[in-house]
Amino acid sequence: MEAPALNYLNNGHGAASWLLTKDHKRIALLYLASITAFFALGGFFAMMIRLELLTPAGDVTSPEMYNRMFTMHGVVMVFFFLIPSIPAVLGNFLIPIMIGAKDLAFPRINLLSWYIYVLGGLFTLVAALSGGVDTGWTFYTPYSTAAANSHVITAAVGIFITGFSSILTGLNFIVTIHRMRAPGMTWFRLPLFVWAHYATSLIMILGTPVIAITILMVAAERALHLGIFDPALGGDPVLFQHLFWFYSHPAVYIMILPAMGVISEVVQAFSRKNIFGYSFIAFSSLAIAVIGFLVWGHHLFVAGQSTYAGLVFSVLSFMVAVPSAIKVFNWTATIYKGSVSLDSPMLYAFGFLGLFTIGGLTGLFLGAMGLDIHVHDTYFVVAHFHYIMVGGAIMGYLGGLHYWWPKISGRLYSEPWAKLSAVIVFVGFNLTFFPQFIAGYIGMPRRYHVYPPEFQVLNVLSSAGASVLAVGYVLPLIYLTYSIFAGAKSPADPWGAKGLEWEIPSPPPTENFGITPIVTHGTHQYAPRIEKKEVGVV
Amino acid sequence: MPTNFPLFPQQASAQAGQVDAIYFFMVAVTAFFALLIAGLIVFFSVRFRRRHRDEIGVPIHGSLALELLWTFVPFVIAMGMFGWGAKVFFDLYRVPAGAMEIFVVGKQWMWKVQHMGGQREINELHVPIGRPVKLIMGSEDVIHSFYIPAFRVKADVIPGRYNTLWFEATKPGTYHLFCAEYCGTKHSGMIGSVVAMEPAQYQAWLDGGPADGTPVDAGAKLFQDLACHTCHQQDSQGRGPVLTNLFGSQVQLQGGRTVVADEAYIRESIVNPQAMVKAGFQPLMPTFQGLVTEEQLLQLISYVRSLSDAGAAPGAGTAAPTQPQDRSTLENKR
Repeated sequence: MEAPALNYLNNGHGAASWLLTKDHKRIALLYLASITAFFALGGFFAMMIRLELLTPAGDVTSPEMYNRMFTMHGVVMVFFFLIPSIPAVLGNFLIPIMIGAKDLAFPRINLLSWYIYVLGGLFTLVAALSGGVDTGWTFYTPYSTAAANSHVITAAVGIFITGFSSILTGLNFIVTIHRMRAPGMTWFRLPLFVWAHYATSLIMILGTPVIAITILMVAAERALHLGIFDPALGGDPVLFQHLFWFYSHPAVYIMILPAMGVISEVVQAFSRKNIFGYSFIAFSSLAIAVIGFLVWGHHLFVAGQSTYAGLVFSVLSFMVAVPSAIKVFNWTATIYKGSVSLDSPMLYAFGFLGLFTIGGLTGLFLGAMGLDIHVHDTYFVVAHFHYIMVGGAIMGYLGGLHYWWPKISGRLYSEPWAKLSAVIVFVGFNLTFFPQFIAGYIGMPRRYHVYPPEFQVLNVLSSAGASVLAVGYVLPLIYLTYSIFAGAKSPADPWGAKGLEWEIPSPPPTENFGITPIVTHGTHQYAPRIEKKEVGVV
Repeated sequence: MPTNFPLFPQQASAQAGQVDAIYFFMVAVTAFFALLIAGLIVFFSVRFRRRHRDEIGVPIHGSLALELLWTFVPFVIAMGMFGWGAKVFFDLYRVPAGAMEIFVVGKQWMWKVQHMGGQREINELHVPIGRPVKLIMGSEDVIHSFYIPAFRVKADVIPGRYNTLWFEATKPGTYHLFCAEYCGTKHSGMIGSVVAMEPAQYQAWLDGGPADGTPVDAGAKLFQDLACHTCHQQDSQGRGPVLTNLFGSQVQLQGGRTVVADEAYIRESIVNPQAMVKAGFQPLMPTFQGLVTEEQLLQLISYVRSLSDAGAAPGAGTAAPTQPQDRSTLENKR
């Protein structure tokens, strides 16, 4: 299909046409630019941490500075990169197209959510530039309310504000998926990417208000000395941990579910085969979203929580692992008898499968109460959640970005460079985080500025890995940017993939579809059409 | 201290083996499934690689039998891990009768230790091997976490309440003591060592160090200095309840609730006397919050406990095992 002269990118020029746009595709690009900036900032903090930990002594930063570095790394990466990453960029861009709609249900609210995100981000930047926060991204009380001598309230307000952008995005997705599907796009014909975002949106709108009110209570206790969490004022510090993790554990699923949605699409596209066990993958997303709300207490096994409460949280934590296992097996089975092509998105997807499997299974170590006593708050936990969030969520994000880049930009990037960077990211990631499992089991606590010398070898490996990983992240920034200016023009469907997004031109016109499509089958149906032409090939 | 590049922590407590066993099992399960998935991916990618540009895959929609298989098998493995992990947790949590007790107070950024014989230490903890040791821990400021990797034990130390932790050291040696919960600027400096000693050497250490009087004695003195005795008299003529034989008993509160008089109850009654007033008494007692330190609170509790037959501190100042006692009330608290 020949791309028409007018598409969403050249339909309107100048700052106002972008900053006041109501086009979900342009808003997705606004998000892409802003989360990339925050990712770079969070990455800078990470490099400072790894630089400091090269040696056991505290020789690069002061303890105050180090504590601010890991706090800002966590705050920026979690709230300003990981949570918005796939939903606000790829979800925003693709959900309307995938269901055959012209935009999200509430285009103005979509734009508003980006402004709210930016406003929250500015508060956090102000907190960082005026001296930073040193509470850890977890803001544990009473340290954060009574002891910390840093810009807790500014950062808290930033997170509070950004939460609303997440709520609005979730709301928009849910209404869109319910109300805007094209004729024939039944629930069980929906791309699994859409299912994953539906589950994610449920968590966003049900969980985010809880973190908002919790953060507000921290600010109230800190500024007005209302006794909520500080025992000196009659409060309960462990109450904070319950409230915080009630959101922040499900937030992990906000980060990983959309990545799972990406993997479902990529695995089908590069196997040229429909998914194995569609409904099991779709419903396992919902199961993760629901059970994920009931496992928060596994963060409190050593906090003196009631043993019986601990048992319930432990058994539910093991249960939430089952739907993830179902997904991994179904993705693997999808490749069976496929037509497998190892293009760069597929390499990222394979990286995701390996790293998510390890990240998920090491989560079981932490759910086992007797073992968690030893590894809780050590580098084992740090390694585990980086396998999920970096090995899982960021691999998924990069895989998705590569898969849909020709659609988004209308250009083809350099495939050899993309393959190289996928391999570098995989190697660098493992070198960075695998040693941390070992360091953690030996007993190295997290958030340590100085550490005993026997941990040095593992930390040097980790820091070396981080620099490899940094190269792997900078490369896509270069070749993807380069492709915008010098890449070959992409056809509508450069991969030979199936789905409504591949049936419209690259880049899509502003209204996505000239005529609303009528859907007659699920996505990624490769077989029937080709069968007519090439009987007997398979 | 271990070699320069250890890959595995020392095992120096009775519990360490149990924790490591479940760890090795889970490492094996993780390795099995990670290799299975990786192996299948590599094999399928090679075996079913795209051979010409327009090739497509075989349309397979799924298999209920396989779905049930890979739902059921992970579920069974997960439940097995849950049961095993819970069992180990209970073993690590339930303090054996007759454990020797030591008070620990965390504050930014040090650990203060008080032995029942009156010995005090900072950032060091001397314990005998072959004998259960129970730590009763409180915090003066923020949340800390007491962690001895070589023993595989850890418990948060939380202001406003007491958490306990127990272990039985098995190998003489010096081991790391870490604060595991981030507690501010010098969090990574809140470290020390646990010295596990043969019982004879431990006894020599106890005898050699300066003892400032036992916590019970210090508590008795505080009881006089703070004029507690004017209301809490030994007969029932005082304005406050009699404390003799109080510890470990059931206390009927105003409003009909009943609580067990354990460490947490006594502490609460000192710093927040109006919270749990004994039935039949007026809420007259002033708060002592801010007037007594965490360490003094522990001394007062030791004193109140010493007034009770059930509450006599086991193992005060001696390395010899004491007779098992019924201390189940204490173990049931959070």
